[in-house]
Amino acid sequence: MAGIYLHIPFCKKACHYCNFHFSASTRYINEMAQAIGTEAALRRRYLDEPVATIYFGGGTPSLLSVTSLQMLLQKLRDNFTITNDAEITLEANPDDINVERLHSWKMLGINRLSIGIQSFNDADLSWMNRAHNAYQALQSIVLAQRAGFSNITIDLIYGTPTLTNEQWRRNVQQAIDLNIPHLSCYALTVEPNTALHKMIENKKMPDVDEEKQSQHFELLVRWLKDAGYEHYEISNFAKPGCESRHNSSYWQGKPYLGLGPSAHSFNGTSRQWNVANNALYMQSISRSTVPFEIEHLTPMQQLNEYIMTSLRTRQGISLNHVSAQWSEVDSMALIKGAKRYIMQGNVVFVNNHLQLTRSGKLLADGIAAGLFR
Amino acid sequence: MKQIRNFCIIAHIDHGKSTLADRLLEHTKTIGERDMMNQVLDDMDLEREKGITIKSHAIQMQYLHNGTTYIFNLIDTPGHVDFSYEVSRALAACEGALLLVDATQGIQAQTISNLYLAIDNDLEIIPIINKIDMDGAKIPEVQDQIIDLIGCKEDEILLASGKTGIGIEAILEAIVKRIPAPTGNTEAPLQALMFDSVFNSFRGIIAYFRVFNGTLKKGDKIKFVATGEEYFADEVGVLKLGMQPVNEISAGNVGYIITGIKNAKEVKVGDTITLASNPGEMIKGFEEVKPMVFAGIFPVVTEDFEELRDSMDKLQLNDASLTYELETSQALGFGFRCGFLGLLHMEIIQERLEREFNQTVITTVPNVSFHAYTTRGEKIIVNNPAQMPELTKLDRIEEPYIRAQIISLPEYIGNIMTLCLGKRGILLNQSYLTTTRVELIFEMPLTEIVFDFYDKLKSQTRGYASFDYTPIDYRESDIVKMDILLNSEKVDALSALIHRSRAQDFGRKLCEKLKELLPRQQFQIAIQAAIGAKVIARENISAMRKDVTAKCYGGDISRKRKLLEKQKEGKKRMRQIGNVEVPQEAFLAVLKLD
Repeated sequence: MAGIYLHIPFCKKACHYCNFHFSASTRYINEMAQAIGTEAALRRRYLDEPVATIYFGGGTPSLLSVTSLQMLLQKLRDNFTITNDAEITLEANPDDINVERLHSWKMLGINRLSIGIQSFNDADLSWMNRAHNAYQALQSIVLAQRAGFSNITIDLIYGTPTLTNEQWRRNVQQAIDLNIPHLSCYALTVEPNTALHKMIENKKMPDVDEEKQSQHFELLVRWLKDAGYEHYEISNFAKPGCESRHNSSYWQGKPYLGLGPSAHSFNGTSRQWNVANNALYMQSISRSTVPFEIEHLTPMQQLNEYIMTSLRTRQGISLNHVSAQWSEVDSMALIKGAKRYIMQGNVVFVNNHLQLTRSGKLLADGIAAGLFR
Repeated sequence: MKQIRNFCIIAHIDHGKSTLADRLLEHTKTIGERDMMNQVLDDMDLEREKGITIKSHAIQMQYLHNGTTYIFNLIDTPGHVDFSYEVSRALAACEGALLLVDATQGIQAQTISNLYLAIDNDLEIIPIINKIDMDGAKIPEVQDQIIDLIGCKEDEILLASGKTGIGIEAILEAIVKRIPAPTGNTEAPLQALMFDSVFNSFRGIIAYFRVFNGTLKKGDKIKFVATGEEYFADEVGVLKLGMQPVNEISAGNVGYIITGIKNAKEVKVGDTITLASNPGEMIKGFEEVKPMVFAGIFPVVTEDFEELRDSMDKLQLNDASLTYELETSQALGFGFRCGFLGLLHMEIIQERLEREFNQTVITTVPNVSFHAYTTRGEKIIVNNPAQMPELTKLDRIEEPYIRAQIISLPEYIGNIMTLCLGKRGILLNQSYLTTTRVELIFEMPLTEIVFDFYDKLKSQTRGYASFDYTPIDYRESDIVKMDILLNSEKVDALSALIHRSRAQDFGRKLCEKLKELLPRQQFQIAIQAAIGAKVIARENISAMRKDVTAKCYGGDISRKRKLLEKQKEGKKRMRQIGNVEVPQEAFLAVLKLD
């Protein structure tokens, strides 16, 4: 089973922390949709497997007109085999959500909404430079649920300077109370070349407080566990059976096709990414050429990616899988390398899997690097 | 012999020695302009970059003057404090010296100490003021300085510019007229002073010598007096731009000899070459070169030890003043305890290892050679903190002292005094060489020079100070061994031998620096400095709390994998001390404390 990701590179305004590729001018959004549709046709042979998940991400895909969305979904159906029960996710910002659009999205077959809530708190939202306020956040969820979307995920951000432990608790509680089946909760990250990075560098804003972030994370894990959510990936929580199938496929090493500027594709042995420039992308597509760079992964790099991504998940690193896909030697080396982390109490060895403990989850990167071959 | 002139050039770094030498070679047509590579005498890259001459060389010129052809042997001298013995041997091979002083800078300490050496060797001094064409040339002032110093007449001082060629003819004439021809007996038993040697990977050691008495012929069986070793003179010759073999070299002249010796250790600068069949006496002034500063040199990656050993062996072939023996460190594995002539020499070795042999190394805290006396009356030479006897068995320690000479401008006297007295110096003398040049003489512990002295002197005087030293004696002193502990594990590579009054400050700075350089780990790290069991400084590095990326989706995987792979590579280069991972920069940090 494979997945398709469509990158819609437009936003109404720039959030201070965001380093994704987008343009804040939506002038060419329809032309861009056409180009992405064309790319889908050009790359119809990229995937050998049926498509089980489709994901509209961005940017802000909820800015797309219903006509454009319809056209894109039709292009995908024309060019790929899509399973009947495919998970089709649309990322939507609260300020774009209204009853009319929700009904159209439903009609088009979109069956999962990822709503960019970030916070239910106004001070927080304005600090982030989001386009919506707390009222719109709440309203958008209620409307979506009324329109029949039960498979909803929301994004929440913690560890911002404006967010106290108490406000964080209220944010999480609000999500629980709304009976949202899936939550992606991200520690505020200072990415290079963002407004946030510049503000911190110029001392206009304090740097992220690692201790506060760690506390928020630990509280979050406890609250959501008590509320019946599974912590199935470092930043992802779901009620049983409501895990994101699309995102899970990234962590399981399944192939995916990425369409649109800056989108990454992966076929098991190579990864390629389109140019991160809207104009260059459209020009190139108009000449029927996909503008991309590519890297071919050695078996060792593939193994390292598996270690890095699977370690973040609930299942952890499957040594049986490593033995089968790579070698017994690699599997043994992993056990040996994990010993120190097991002694520290950051990793456990269960059913031939290496899994992060609660304390280990905060240190996942260093542990992954330590386990790399 | 009457037509031979043997001379050297005494100058401070950057005063234009190499440029002047180039002009002399040009004017005597020893080299054509086309062959001219600037600064012919400095032929190592490193020398050219540092602007100093590390190894001395000799070159022969022919100069036609009033119908007579004269043979000039220019013997080049190294230009740094660490090499003063080599300088003294080069001077001993000459009858005259060109004293070269930069018109904009005036006389510097280094120049003066070498000048005194030259006067001690009865050399005829020809003073030259160089760079007279520069803005800021202070000719009358520098003339006064020179007159004060050597008591010559104003008209004996030549004015020149190596850059434009002004005054070069006058210098050549003065060499003929003022420097005496060598004396000696070509029929007497051979006595040739070996003043330098270089290593050539094809020919082996090439030794440079000056014949005082007798004649050295190709094929002679020769003997080095000090080592007692005998060899055949496979080739003798003179040095022009390249080597030029000749059949014999007689009293008064300078040349080179090749005997097939492969190791620089066998040829000692200052030794006398004579004939095995009819030996002459040793020329006075020979000394075994003794290393002054010691430090451990370790490969960055332990597996590279054998490669490093090879490189050290090769390096020593052409630098006999480098000594080394095997050393093992718990922290750094196998390496070498090396002896250097001084700190600059240490830097040069380190850089040559990197450039010529492609070896990146970790150098440990340098120390001087201490004498420790045990309660049982044994004397132990301590070149390494690990050799220090236990406190309970230690009676006393002695440390080496030097006589330091500093020349600077009067306005910096206060700063220099503060610096030197703070470094346990004792002021012996203060005198004005001229109204704008003051000379300060201190007695100081050598170990104080090893740590950050040059840099401090430079910053305290805005660069207007020059420094020279000679070792004098050993004196009893309160030297302690200070250890660094990481989570209670001693890091042997960071131990230092230091005066008790310095220990606390040094320990505190080192702990602070290590706190900066050690990456946070998944547990707390305690950094301690201790003398014996007594902790004198401490810093903590708190455990890393959070090390995890928020997002890891399709577009993030490549970037993140590369980042973590790089991290993993970095970790490989770290050394494990107990449970703490220590990056190599931490070992170098001690050398760079403010």
